[in-house]
Amino acid sequence: MKIEGKKRLWQDYQKEIATDNYFYARSCIRQNFFPASEKTFLRVMREELNKDVYEDPRHTTCSGIVYHSDLVTMDTTMTVIARQFSLMTESGRKNYVPSCITSFGLYTEVLEMWEHFPELETKAREMLWKATGREFEKPENVAHASDIIYKFRNEIASRGKFRLVNHRTGQPLRGVEHIGCHYSKMFPHKGVGGAEYPYVLVGMIEAFGGEVVDYPERRHCCGFGFRQYVVKANRGFSISSSRKKFESMAPYKPDFILTNCPGCPYFLDRWQYAISEMEGVTYGENGYGIPVLTYEELAGLVLGYDPWDLGLQTHQVSVEPLLEKMGIPYNPATKYLGAQGQDLGRPEKPSVLKVY
Amino acid sequence: MKHVVVIGGGVAGMEASAKLSEMGVAVSIVEKADKLGGKLNRWDRLFPNSRPASDLLAKLQSGMGKDIRKYVNAEVSSVRQSLKQFDIALSNGEDFKADAILISTGFDVFDAHRKEEYGYGIYDNVITSADLEKTFRKGETLKTASGKKPQRVGIIHCVGSRDEKAGNNYCSKVCCITAVKQAIEIKEQNPEAEVFCFYMDLRMYDRHFETIYKEAQVKHGIQFIRGRLSEAFENADGSVMLKAEDTLLGKPLKINVDMVVLMAGMVPSSGNRVKEQLNLTVAEDGFFNVADAHYESSGTNVPGVFVAGACTGPKTMENTINEARSAALAIKEYLR
Repeated sequence: MKIEGKKRLWQDYQKEIATDNYFYARSCIRQNFFPASEKTFLRVMREELNKDVYEDPRHTTCSGIVYHSDLVTMDTTMTVIARQFSLMTESGRKNYVPSCITSFGLYTEVLEMWEHFPELETKAREMLWKATGREFEKPENVAHASDIIYKFRNEIASRGKFRLVNHRTGQPLRGVEHIGCHYSKMFPHKGVGGAEYPYVLVGMIEAFGGEVVDYPERRHCCGFGFRQYVVKANRGFSISSSRKKFESMAPYKPDFILTNCPGCPYFLDRWQYAISEMEGVTYGENGYGIPVLTYEELAGLVLGYDPWDLGLQTHQVSVEPLLEKMGIPYNPATKYLGAQGQDLGRPEKPSVLKVY
Repeated sequence: MKHVVVIGGGVAGMEASAKLSEMGVAVSIVEKADKLGGKLNRWDRLFPNSRPASDLLAKLQSGMGKDIRKYVNAEVSSVRQSLKQFDIALSNGEDFKADAILISTGFDVFDAHRKEEYGYGIYDNVITSADLEKTFRKGETLKTASGKKPQRVGIIHCVGSRDEKAGNNYCSKVCCITAVKQAIEIKEQNPEAEVFCFYMDLRMYDRHFETIYKEAQVKHGIQFIRGRLSEAFENADGSVMLKAEDTLLGKPLKINVDMVVLMAGMVPSSGNRVKEQLNLTVAEDGFFNVADAHYESSGTNVPGVFVAGACTGPKTMENTINEARSAALAIKEYLR
């Protein structure tokens, strides 16, 4: 692998990322999948980087999850997105930051459509006005939340307490990265690093001291892919996609998997358990799985946030092996305590996959 | 004596210059590289008969007599039409008047980096057909980046040709037969190697092409798989994993090969900059338009400016030489 070749390509895919005054839109599903990731993003932005990030409790789904499941028309989607933009306009912000990759892809797609077919924008404005009496301005900048963390990766690293380095050996920890399909596969120039060799997560891993491992099935679907999972009969495709990736990455012995999509970390995490039950196979060291992180969780770990405040106890694959390599202290006794100290109970132990 | 300036010193430019000179026309040939011959300097053997490229080059050079003024390491920096003449200035400071211009700027090889998913310039064992030709030209044996003889080689047709994503919808015409030629050459070097050609459809249109294609299969056991490569990826040992669909079997396909050769197509030459200065028109593929596709293929939309060779679209060496001669005759007629 010629890293110089990648660097040359990365230069062609640099995007403008706003530096402050963001309107933040949450994901429909991330708060269930990885409950503290969005909260961590806000904490990093507001408390560490002193950025203005505005959230409006009236914002809704972008409709991406139903659009990609063929349940709503593009007209509906455009109107929903127009309303989101109207909330941003009302807040006085011009930089739109979605938490979800599919939302990011859909906002980008709609803005591109409006640019090429202005009559569709006119139609969306009319529909929004008729439905809600609202108007909107288009954002000056749309960046995914992972773009923002990427933008400030060096600041986060310089404030960090821990690095992606094995604290016992001093060796960089090895990570594999997986971007969501809707990040740059539709519009390569809207993603940092493009679609084939994306840099957004690579840049974070490098800035935090780690090393990126490329593996043959890096581009393969994580196993979510909407219809693969949403349609129950297709779930075999979902787990076989994830399995293909694990089989391909395992020989490289990654210490962790980093993702930037709602679905990818969920499926890459949970299917490791399912595969272990179905086939008796595990992919991490000594019978454990390969820990899977969202980019916010990784930033939080680097900044020294308590792993349980980051929600890492909700992962199926134990993250403790990674914490131990990074030298991050954790308290097993508080792992399953809620925010008010209440006991949340213990998950049932898998029969094959080792967990802490 | 009438004076013609030939822009581009490759096959078409050399042959047209020789013929014009033979017909008593003063010729100046301008070439941006340090020697005449264009891409013939880089090719090893030519289809359909495996003739050494150097042999054809020597033949073309024999026509480049002393009467022809040769300017190498030079480009046309400006050209202006005044009445029936052209004022031409070169990058080396020379300037002269011409009664006619022949553009023979040829083509550029498609930049295979643009097919990012194939990994050229990123994976150690992905090369282009031009790279392979260079290896053969040096008399070297094809080897992987780690110095081993490749036992499995994948040849990918239509790289940058007939490709909406690359912005080139046209066929580059010579890649199919070049792939077959190079596949045979790989097998000649290493008969034990397995060679797989991934194609959309094989365009064996010219004389002898079908014969070579059959020879590749029957004599050399080269495998032809109808399916476009979707992506390539590097394995831990440096071999390359190819993903495609075998469209005859209707099945997805994944195979590992030690090396990949990308059949990079033809794109309009970056040397075509004179088009703005002369108000020449190009077609949607970026190659020069001709005055009449059937009857005046050497003419352009500007009287006194002629074209020959691959600057009007991909073509074989044979067609290029024929066009050069045709252009020489058309210019001679124009100068009368």
